[in-house]
Amino acid sequence: MQSQTYNYKVVRQFAIMTVVWGIVGMLVGVIVAAQLVWPELNVAEWLHFGRLRPLHTNAVIFAFGGCALFATSYYCVQRTCHTRLFAPGLAAFTFWGWQLIIVLAAVTLPLGWTSGKEYAELEWPIDILITLVWVSYAIVFFGTVGTRKTTHIYVANWFYGAFIITVALLHLVNSAEIPVSLGKSYSAYAGVQDAMIQWWYGHNAVGFFLTAGFLGMMYYFVPKQAGRPVYSYRLSVVHFWALIFTYMWAGPHHLHYTALPDWTQSIGMVFSLILLAPSWGGMINGIMTLSGAWHKLRTDPILKFLITSLSFYGMSTFEGPMMSIKTVNALSHYTDWTVGHVHSGALGWVAMVSIGAMYYLIPRMYGKTEMYSTKLITTHFWIATIGIVLYIASMWISGVMQGLMWRATNPDGTLTYSFVESVKASYPFWAIRVLGGVLFLTGMLIMFYNMIKTIAGQKAYEAPVLAPAGAHA
Amino acid sequence: MDINDARTVVTVLGFACFIGISLWAFSGRARKGFDEAALLPFSEDDLPAPDAGRQTKEGNKNG
Repeated sequence: MQSQTYNYKVVRQFAIMTVVWGIVGMLVGVIVAAQLVWPELNVAEWLHFGRLRPLHTNAVIFAFGGCALFATSYYCVQRTCHTRLFAPGLAAFTFWGWQLIIVLAAVTLPLGWTSGKEYAELEWPIDILITLVWVSYAIVFFGTVGTRKTTHIYVANWFYGAFIITVALLHLVNSAEIPVSLGKSYSAYAGVQDAMIQWWYGHNAVGFFLTAGFLGMMYYFVPKQAGRPVYSYRLSVVHFWALIFTYMWAGPHHLHYTALPDWTQSIGMVFSLILLAPSWGGMINGIMTLSGAWHKLRTDPILKFLITSLSFYGMSTFEGPMMSIKTVNALSHYTDWTVGHVHSGALGWVAMVSIGAMYYLIPRMYGKTEMYSTKLITTHFWIATIGIVLYIASMWISGVMQGLMWRATNPDGTLTYSFVESVKASYPFWAIRVLGGVLFLTGMLIMFYNMIKTIAGQKAYEAPVLAPAGAHA
Repeated sequence: MDINDARTVVTVLGFACFIGISLWAFSGRARKGFDEAALLPFSEDDLPAPDAGRQTKEGNKNG
């Protein structure tokens, strides 16, 4: 027992691949952004915007975000349960299986294999592989929780657990499809029910993959980096259950003014508005964890990443409910405003909290106390922040402009602007978006350099499992 | 009883369950467990001993 160590190997593998896939996914994002400004960059059919765009979303959500969630959940669950990871063979399978899925996505999406469902484009053979990996993930995670040496299950593990269970449910229901060949299948649902199930999936992928999982990350790494326990454990319990009970209903706001029944749209809107409360509960709980230690924010760039991510989380979870109001949605839907909103959540919240957590994890995986250069982390922070601000500000302006141009009518009832006029007016803002994306990607490249220098010449490190003496203190 | 009654019952039960959880969380009974659980990330130090032979560029000036 004394000589047992935590399983750092799988954490280390996922942590490194988080940075690698982050660079790949964001590079594809910069390419598709550039294709909108310079359409001549659509050079070949497999490099066309329509094929690369799902590659970008899959790479940043499931490759970058997914690896970050695997790495941090495996680290947090071992550490807070004081036990080595359950079923290490299965844990290794989740790593190699997940990497295979990512590679298959990178091959099949440019080839045009797609089920046509947003954020669930991968075809049925890959869907089956995802199911196998995900069930293994659940066994490893809940097996570790089940064999814990502590009395309580720390709140971060509740969030990670909810994320794992819900993503399994979403994936199984939304991916129900009938294969017709190796690379083609059709959804088991039809018409408006298919649309509703797709956006029940789509919004809960945001709610559980991109929110609950990353809140788990926040509840472990913010207290650790700040050196103080979470502001209110009670608030964390209440807002956890509030999120669980409300998120499932919000999906219809993606289908305002469509064939979806009106009452369903209204329910989606009302539950989206209710969601503001638990979302802000989480944000306030994370930021207030720093109360009494605000000075640390001045000197610690990792804390800067973590706290800024919570600010963006608060901002986008205010913007989201507002955009779900039908009258606001009438202006914002199908415009760049939606794209800006998504990226304020994706770059500001998800990427920033993951980057902060990786800067915390990577040195520890190699027996070091900190990254090679703290100054470069600060540089990364500022470049990334300026990149996000350029990105979302340009999308707000172009989004509202597009919405206003599309709805403008002449006194005789005809449309004032043709669609292509709104496209022409969007060009300058799309160019600013490319600049914002390039800055964010540059930050990731700095992170990669910092990571390589931190790892160079170091041996992989495994920390000993200690008896949970402090658990009952 | 048709399926919509069952849906209503599940919704009401879900709401009652959430109210129950909230009452429990705000009751004094949960406090001790919460206080213990909040300290779980700090029950051990996860910082490896600094490797003496190989100082980082920035050193350990902040401790």
